[in-house]
Amino acid sequence: MIGLEKAGAQRGRRWIFTDISFMLEAGRILSVLGPNGRGKTTLIKALAGLVPLAAGRRIAPSVIGYVSQSVGADIPYRVLDVVVMGRARGLGLFGAPGAADNRAALDALELVGARDFAERPFDRLSGGERQIVLLARALATGSPALVLDEPASALDLANQNRLLTVLSEVKRQGRHAILFSTHLPQHALSVSDDSLLMLGPSEHSIGPTRAILSEGNLTRLYGLPVRRVTLEDEGRAPIETVVPLFAGAAP
Amino acid sequence: MSLLATASGDTPQKRALPRWAGALAVLALLLVAALTALCIGRFQIAPQRAIAILLSRVAPMTADWSAMDERIILLVRAPRVLLAALCGAGLAVSGAALQGVFRNPLVAPQILGVSPGAAFGGALAISLGFSGFALIGAAFAAGAVALALVGALARVEGRSDTVMLVLTGVVIGALFAALVSLLQFLADPNSSLPAIVFWLMGSFSAATWARLGIAAPGVLAGVAMLWFMRFRINVLSLGEEEARALGLPVERDRWLVFAAVALIEGAAVAVAGVVGWVGLVVPHAARLLVGCDQRALLPVSAALGASYLLLVDSLARSATAAEIPLGVITALIGAPVFAALLRQMRRKELAR
Repeated sequence: MIGLEKAGAQRGRRWIFTDISFMLEAGRILSVLGPNGRGKTTLIKALAGLVPLAAGRRIAPSVIGYVSQSVGADIPYRVLDVVVMGRARGLGLFGAPGAADNRAALDALELVGARDFAERPFDRLSGGERQIVLLARALATGSPALVLDEPASALDLANQNRLLTVLSEVKRQGRHAILFSTHLPQHALSVSDDSLLMLGPSEHSIGPTRAILSEGNLTRLYGLPVRRVTLEDEGRAPIETVVPLFAGAAP
Repeated sequence: MSLLATASGDTPQKRALPRWAGALAVLALLLVAALTALCIGRFQIAPQRAIAILLSRVAPMTADWSAMDERIILLVRAPRVLLAALCGAGLAVSGAALQGVFRNPLVAPQILGVSPGAAFGGALAISLGFSGFALIGAAFAAGAVALALVGALARVEGRSDTVMLVLTGVVIGALFAALVSLLQFLADPNSSLPAIVFWLMGSFSAATWARLGIAAPGVLAGVAMLWFMRFRINVLSLGEEEARALGLPVERDRWLVFAAVALIEGAAVAVAGVVGWVGLVVPHAARLLVGCDQRALLPVSAALGASYLLLVDSLARSATAAEIPLGVITALIGAPVFAALLRQMRRKELAR
């Protein structure tokens, strides 16, 4: 369980966001959408406890499974060693990870489908692979809250699909409250239950994803026309998605 | 991009040798270095005789050596070997730990102002006519004061970030270096000036069991603390934000590492003067062997650092008729090695 209560954050004198409240239960996914510079990352960091709130309060477990936008430190640790670092807090100042910690790390790698990476050097992985490994580390913390800052930003289509599948799998297990920010409304539509739109520093709306990601709201959010479409595919339920009408490439 | 990334070269998994063979090789090197240091010098002693003399302390043996041999080994060489090994291990370990915490292989114990501070304390004691325990105490205390100053100045709005710490360390180091120069300027050119200059150049020539007894607790306590924090240091090396996100009190942990380093550095400088470059060069070599993981890096750095200072000290007292100051040799070896490493790292980085 993780949430904010009338929360606001400042950079210098300027308010990045104000008066945001929500409470995310385990087994649910909240997506955060907003244009560049609207404060998504600040919000995520505030939730992870990395940026102090200037107003309101944060309700969160003592450790958050946080994955930042950057792709991690460029140090040649083994992937397994990177994931096992997720256990650091529970180990105490003088502790070192033992068999149980390694098992938790391997389980987390298994869950994200990166079990094969375990012995590889982290700094030789591609950006997308690192993102997946860092998600495994976030899971390995054992925290009931996952907070992910644009987890799909470095991923190709296949890996985006893999990430979204992992997120719904984690959600299905029901032990984690998951919050992620994204620039892709399609991702929000495909996995999240609720969405938070950061329309302006003191304006936002939050609610069930399918209702909140309306054409009107998205058009307003990004300043260009956006269409919601439903596609039929053989043997699958109809898929709802979002199509931005870019002005650039008219033939 | 962090320079640390390319510093390690090949990853540990690709090692051709199994772990135990590597450990054995490093230990063998240490033993050879210790034996060399024990036997070499103005007065050469055969290795088997040196070993027999040492063993005669713990097991009954027929003495087929002169009283002179025995005195040299037990009263002169043995404490010197142990002191050199202790300081080498301590300096290398503190360098390795600091490089982990700062995620930067160019960091060394000097960077936190501890060695310049300790140098000032020692020089002050000498110019006031103190020696022995007073000298050691002054070096230790001034090193700690320098660290505390760096800590206080680098702390802005309740937090001290890495760049601020490094720059403050440089500033405080420069301040204490200037104070040392001032002391040298004011010192009596016939007595205290040469004493200060030679002490600053670093040497184990004054090693005794008593000095070993003074330095050992500080160095051992600091090394033990860093060893116990080995996994923490790994996590800290991910960077401040990642470590904080994993729920660690980053700043407190970092200061615990610094305190351990100050303890080691203060004790080592106090008994041996300023011996630079060990904490910079040895961890590099260790990283080439075992990678960045502190769990392997700390013990290997300790063994290599001890071997390195033992060999350098042997060279210092056997190469020429008069003993060459230790700090001179470590700098003469360290600077070119470091320059080569730097260029190699940069080339690798560009090739990525």
